[in-house]
Amino acid sequence: MTDLLQPDTRPRTTLHTDAGTAPDGPRRGVRGSTARQRYDLIGAGVAGAALAGLLFGWFAPLSGAIGWVVVAFLAFLGLYVLLVSLDSDGQDVRDRLATVLFGSSGVILFGTLVFIVVYTLTRGLEALAHPNLFFETMEFAGPLDPLSTGGIAHAIVGTLIQISIALLITVPLGIGTAVFLNEVGGRFARFVRTVSDAMTALPSIVAGLFVYAAVIQGITHERSGFAAALAITVMMLPIVIRSADVVLRLVPQNLREASYALGSSRWRTVWHVVLPTARSGLVTAVILGTARGIGETSPVLLTSGVTGAMNTNPFSGPMISLPLQVFDFVRSPEPGMVARGFGTAAVLLVLVLALFMAARALGGRAPGDLSSRQRRAVRRASARDEERFAGYERRRVIAAAAGNPPTAPVPPAPRPPSSLPSSVQETS
Amino acid sequence: MNAGGSPVGLLEPDRRTPEEPVEHRRRLSTRHSLGDRIFRRAAFGAGSVTVLLMLAVGVFLLLRATDALRVAGWSFLTEQQWSPETATFGVAAILFGTVSIALIALVESVPLSLGTALLLSEVVGAKVKGFLVSLVDLMAAVPSIVFGLWGVYFLQGAIIPVSEWISTSFGWIPIFAVTDADGLPFTEASAFTSSAFIAGIVVGFMVVPTQTSIMREAFSRAPIGEREGAYALGATRLGMIRTVVLPFGKGGIIGGTMLGLGRALGETIAVYMIISPIFTVNWQVLKTGTNSVSALIALRYGEASEFGLSALMAAGLVLFVVTLVINFTASSIVARSRSGAESDD
Repeated sequence: MTDLLQPDTRPRTTLHTDAGTAPDGPRRGVRGSTARQRYDLIGAGVAGAALAGLLFGWFAPLSGAIGWVVVAFLAFLGLYVLLVSLDSDGQDVRDRLATVLFGSSGVILFGTLVFIVVYTLTRGLEALAHPNLFFETMEFAGPLDPLSTGGIAHAIVGTLIQISIALLITVPLGIGTAVFLNEVGGRFARFVRTVSDAMTALPSIVAGLFVYAAVIQGITHERSGFAAALAITVMMLPIVIRSADVVLRLVPQNLREASYALGSSRWRTVWHVVLPTARSGLVTAVILGTARGIGETSPVLLTSGVTGAMNTNPFSGPMISLPLQVFDFVRSPEPGMVARGFGTAAVLLVLVLALFMAARALGGRAPGDLSSRQRRAVRRASARDEERFAGYERRRVIAAAAGNPPTAPVPPAPRPPSSLPSSVQETS
Repeated sequence: MNAGGSPVGLLEPDRRTPEEPVEHRRRLSTRHSLGDRIFRRAAFGAGSVTVLLMLAVGVFLLLRATDALRVAGWSFLTEQQWSPETATFGVAAILFGTVSIALIALVESVPLSLGTALLLSEVVGAKVKGFLVSLVDLMAAVPSIVFGLWGVYFLQGAIIPVSEWISTSFGWIPIFAVTDADGLPFTEASAFTSSAFIAGIVVGFMVVPTQTSIMREAFSRAPIGEREGAYALGATRLGMIRTVVLPFGKGGIIGGTMLGLGRALGETIAVYMIISPIFTVNWQVLKTGTNSVSALIALRYGEASEFGLSALMAAGLVLFVVTLVINFTASSIVARSRSGAESDD
């Protein structure tokens, strides 16, 4: 043991005495790239494309556009490794190769997505150029008719009716169940959560089969828009419950505790604190569920029935929707019908994209993360409160100056509970 | 989360006099206000209706499927033909087709989603990342019929040369061979259409977004301290990914892959549009003809008699049980990896 009385003269860890004032070294960039790296990439890319163009048809056994891409990509990888290894060691070569592979998978994925969307829209243009597509039905238009007759107005109306009915059932039931899971809890809630998680595994065609066998064969004996809406509901409900459950779980516990501490009851806490805080997330959950519900073909394939006529009564007669109309169009070998199918698919795609954009614009924020407009509203509300408090103070001072001291302190009026979560967030 | 019985309402007043000796623990009971009681009833009602609806689906499937299962017995799992009218029907060929399409989808989607998830969580900057993440979410919302159209009208024609090349170059591996009944190799392009390979590729693109978002979330939970430690020890980015991100994200990789598998198994309309249905086990995945449970249901529900419908229910039930097992395993793996990552923070 070291003698504690002797000064310890062994070398120790040196600490900077001017810690915090000494300049830090340059920050190591782990995400950027140098000009040299970029030139390597560009050079290898051009060389790979050129090599593939040269080899193609002579040596490479593949043919077709995809074959060319595969050959060019392999040549690019080889050339890139060669370029990088000119001035780097093996570690660095492996690192850069891995980065390029990650990048390529991203390029393949996003490229394919953009290509699918653009391909559908361009092939749909032929039919979309005729405005009658949006206003007419297929009731009197045959497969051989030109694109200037017939349209999908009936399918658009059918989609809107079916998804509205499905939303009428799904939104209260789904959000109510999510509230039950999070705010009431207990053993039964855990059971409910397990069952609804299990139901997310239900293949959508089986949901359709269930409605077909239980409702159509058992009760109504005909296909209808309502049956299709039920099938969409069975498919959508678990999705909405699960995402709403996740959003409600993200509401900070201290907001609930603050609300209880102020003496509010449970349902007031849920109504005025939990739900407003999670509003944007819940909206996103519902809209994304709607996008899934609109786009699914298989539940409606068995339940809604195929028709070319407009039908606005969901309880009787077949009522077609957009995805099923696409499916029905492209079953025909006629090029005109296929063009209509692509046009309908483009309409469906635009509808889903619009819903998605709406979900992004309205929601997608974590609880308490406010948009600039909401933040301004909160600031105005707290300015009003400050004004009110200043008013009490002024009145107290005036009363004191007038010689009659207040018998009881004037309690500040309670704030409207709906502003509670935002103001808590704002001041924390 | 709130436990069920946290005392929120009014406490019952303690009516004992102070002189009385305290013998038991004081019991605190909660009396809810009227509004709260209504609220609890309503929430309980919503939960019960949901459970009833979902149990109804399960129980109904089970009940209706028993007719067919009783007739078919265990041969339901081994019989390849599907002809409920003559009481010879089974899911062997259909299930084989379903699984082969899903496995091809995974072979394509797992490298793609792994690479993209690492790209999003490790390589690109914050702004590009936000944009690309919403693009991934958008891809998950693209209707499956749009994928199906793309697969039938574009991919099928473009991919056939690749199929031909694989089968001529790697034909010595049995699953890549494309032969006729006599075992001679096929060469016409028509032998390669509507195959499990093409359906698998389309389904693969459909499940990539699910897998990518789960993997990316798991990777972004890898603790910053360990990341910086790896960099401080001189690791390259790949070294850091291999020693920190991948071990921490292992649960996310497995769970995301399995959730994608569950979706791939249940995919209907894109598969139905691409494949040409057959009822034999086809090991040659590049060759025309395969089948899947959901495509079978979409194909046969209309013509099915009462008993035929029961047989379709049984097939649907088998599919549901398979996806259920896969999903539960996957979500328990994801959940476990999450809690582990949190405790290490």
